[in-house]
Amino acid sequence: MAESAVDLTEFRAEVVAWLRANKPAKPDFLLPETFMEVGTDSQFQYLKEWQQSVYEAGYLGMAWPKEYGGGGMPQAYQDVVNAEMSRESVPFVPNTIGLNWAGPLILAIGTEAEKQKYIRGILSADDIWCQGFSEPDNGSDLAAATTRAVKDGDEYVLNGSKIWTSLGTYAKYMILLARTNPEAENRYAGLSYFLAPMNSPGVDVQPIRKLTGEYGFTQTFFTDARIPASSLMGNEGEGWKIAMQTLTFERGATGGQAGGLSMHAMSVSDVVELARTTMLDGQPAIEDPLIRDQLVQFLLEEQGDRLCNSRAKISQLTSERPTAIPMSSKLRGTEHRRRLCQFAVKLQGANAARWVGDRQAIAGGMWQRSYFNSFSATIGGGTSQVQANIVGERVLGLPKD
Amino acid sequence: MSDRSAVKLSSQMAFSEEQSMLLDTATEFFRSKSALPVVRELLTDEAGYDAGQWQEMVDLGWLGLAVPEEYGGSELGLGAAVTIAEPMGRHLSATPFLSTQLFVQGLLAADENLKSELLAGVVGGAVGGVALFESNGNWHLDSPSAQVQISGAQALLSGTKTLVLDAASADYLLVLAALDGEPRLVVLPTSAIPSGAIQRETVIDETRRSFQLDLTRVEVPANHVLSAAQSTQALAKISEAAWLLLSAESAGGIAGVLDLLVEYLNTRLAFGRKIGSYQGLKHPTVDILIGLERSRSHLYHAATLVDAGESAQTALRMAKAESSDSFAFAGDRAIQFHGGFGFTYDCDAQLFLRRALWTQASFGDSAHHRKRLASLLL
Ligand SMILES: Cc1cc2nc3c(=O)[nH]c(=O)nc-3n(C[C@H](O)[C@H](O)[C@H](O)COP(=O)(O)OP(=O)(O)OC[C@H]3O[C@@H](n4cnc5c(N)ncnc54)[C@H](O)[C@@H]3O)c2cc1C
Repeated sequence: MAESAVDLTEFRAEVVAWLRANKPAKPDFLLPETFMEVGTDSQFQYLKEWQQSVYEAGYLGMAWPKEYGGGGMPQAYQDVVNAEMSRESVPFVPNTIGLNWAGPLILAIGTEAEKQKYIRGILSADDIWCQGFSEPDNGSDLAAATTRAVKDGDEYVLNGSKIWTSLGTYAKYMILLARTNPEAENRYAGLSYFLAPMNSPGVDVQPIRKLTGEYGFTQTFFTDARIPASSLMGNEGEGWKIAMQTLTFERGATGGQAGGLSMHAMSVSDVVELARTTMLDGQPAIEDPLIRDQLVQFLLEEQGDRLCNSRAKISQLTSERPTAIPMSSKLRGTEHRRRLCQFAVKLQGANAARWVGDRQAIAGGMWQRSYFNSFSATIGGGTSQVQANIVGERVLGLPKD
Repeated sequence: MSDRSAVKLSSQMAFSEEQSMLLDTATEFFRSKSALPVVRELLTDEAGYDAGQWQEMVDLGWLGLAVPEEYGGSELGLGAAVTIAEPMGRHLSATPFLSTQLFVQGLLAADENLKSELLAGVVGGAVGGVALFESNGNWHLDSPSAQVQISGAQALLSGTKTLVLDAASADYLLVLAALDGEPRLVVLPTSAIPSGAIQRETVIDETRRSFQLDLTRVEVPANHVLSAAQSTQALAKISEAAWLLLSAESAGGIAGVLDLLVEYLNTRLAFGRKIGSYQGLKHPTVDILIGLERSRSHLYHAATLVDAGESAQTALRMAKAESSDSFAFAGDRAIQFHGGFGFTYDCDAQLFLRRALWTQASFGDSAHHRKRLASLLL
């Protein structure tokens, strides 16, 4: 389909109108800031309903094939929706793991049966997905995973534990990395990848309390848990390869994602606004030359990253290192957000010492909480340190540690 | 959060087929003709550049990229000049390309007769330059202490300009001086400058040729003085072109020093390992890469706005601030990560650090631009 600029302009207006008319009212409880922090039933229900309404309006999975529940349209339409969602600060859609990594993965390498079975439920939020990669003793070094999967007839028997499982409480399925062959010639070859149902006997999910004091992710215990053998994705021994492919979706290095926001939209503008209202040493923070300088530095970074997205679309301007922009995107974006939130706390003078729940906390303590929550993205999905290794080694060709 | 105060910036970026071809040609040109040993040889050369190479650039039509067709240029715009300046910066080539482009931008605001008299010459290889700054080191160009007085058909200059790039090679300079308290630009053929009035300065970047210009008893025809309105316009154009082309050279420079560094990190051993395997070096090198990516993105966005004739001040200042800081950081770390060798004159990292610091100080450093950006954006 040819898309003229006119098409998209009209479409954009339509999207904005819809978002404004349908943006849900602010709830009377604090919302989580990313899918990694959904901790209460009311938070989950609110976000799930929002995803349903976005999907029913046709604004989710727009570029996914029609036969599986997508919109069958060019990606450009979804890009417009995503941009406007961010601008209108609507809530994020909670099924991020399904929409942005399990879904694209299934569409890329799944069987016809898998596509038929899973894609529609991912979009409609009927089937929430979680990710079982990290273990208590093996996080950054994922290939050391020890959770066992042993084939027994037409089932696999699972034993072990996964941890830091976002959405673990609400998930129907888990993308699971488990060891099928501890004797394989190398540790990678012993791993397999499963699309595992969570309601299987022997799967137990325990909530974990976050640094903010709220609940968010879980630990998942497998005790002789039985899942159908058909939940194996690909073949035994292909788990590492598929997990790495999942991570490229997760870290935003490849397209194919269903869209929607995966976190509360936040920009330097919000902090500029905060600086107008907070006082530092008796004057509005925005009047302090040092604060102004730092705000501009944040704007320079934010705009630089936005422009990197523009440049990534022009192949002649990325030909020397085509992967540099996509592969550094998580590192740039998450570290920027962490430092921005940290700075927002510092704008509050003595009131920076307050916390959520205090009557006088500025903006209800949301910036303090945002700062704490920002670590979810600098740690989850591969820590910034590990990201820097990956960029150094794969993009710049530096030697391995 | 109210909409009123939201900082809204465009994210437009366009890159034409012509720009793409120019970038490829220029990349190959400077890679083959400006290898670092060649750059080093030119450090002690009086002119500081190779006349043959300059002629080739002229023959390729590069001096006329931002000159309108009616004056013999190709009128592709400053965005095209960026594609020359970026690889030029990467290989630390120091021709009078930059100063001539600034001269052109200023002259475009002048009267028709001056333009038709001089622009074709530039396209054909005449060297131009701008004499704007003075010994107080001020980047604001609104109150020069150099003076110009009109007396009959003649204009009489006085005062001293400093940090005049390429003055000794230049055929023409645009000189900033005050007339009745107003900043004016004056077209000065260097043939009208008495001998001894141009003195070489020693600048941190040894690839550059910088001069002090004594304007005592320098006279030009009165019609060489741009009007107040033309001067204001010319100064704005020159500044914008300088921010853009210096950002291009810096983006190139970051890429150049990153190449040098990555090569060393992949060969030098310490404690039995390649030094690039140490995260203390690897991670800051990734930061250099990120600085490069952001700088190039700011650069080509600013070029897009300039070519589209849109208001580009914010984008240009952002590009200059980001690229200057990122380049200085890259040069600084490149020295450190070469160890003892990094402390030597022989190590090429110093060439890049010197270039970075020279560029940082030219036409406003990053703090200067951030201060202006704060008033534009906050
Ligand atoms: C909010 C949140 C949500 C998450 N959700 C999920 C989920 O849904 N599913 C899932 O599977 N996992 C999830 N994770 C887990 C996450 O992927 C891991 O926490 C992460 O990969 C780090 O592993 P680790 O916790 O074992 O830390 P470790 O690997 O023990 O790391 C500890 C420290 O050492 C550093 N480090 C480790 N190795 C290196 C190295 N080679 N070089 C330099 N530094 C190094 C790390 O950067 C870190 O600072 C989540 C984490 C968070 C915080």
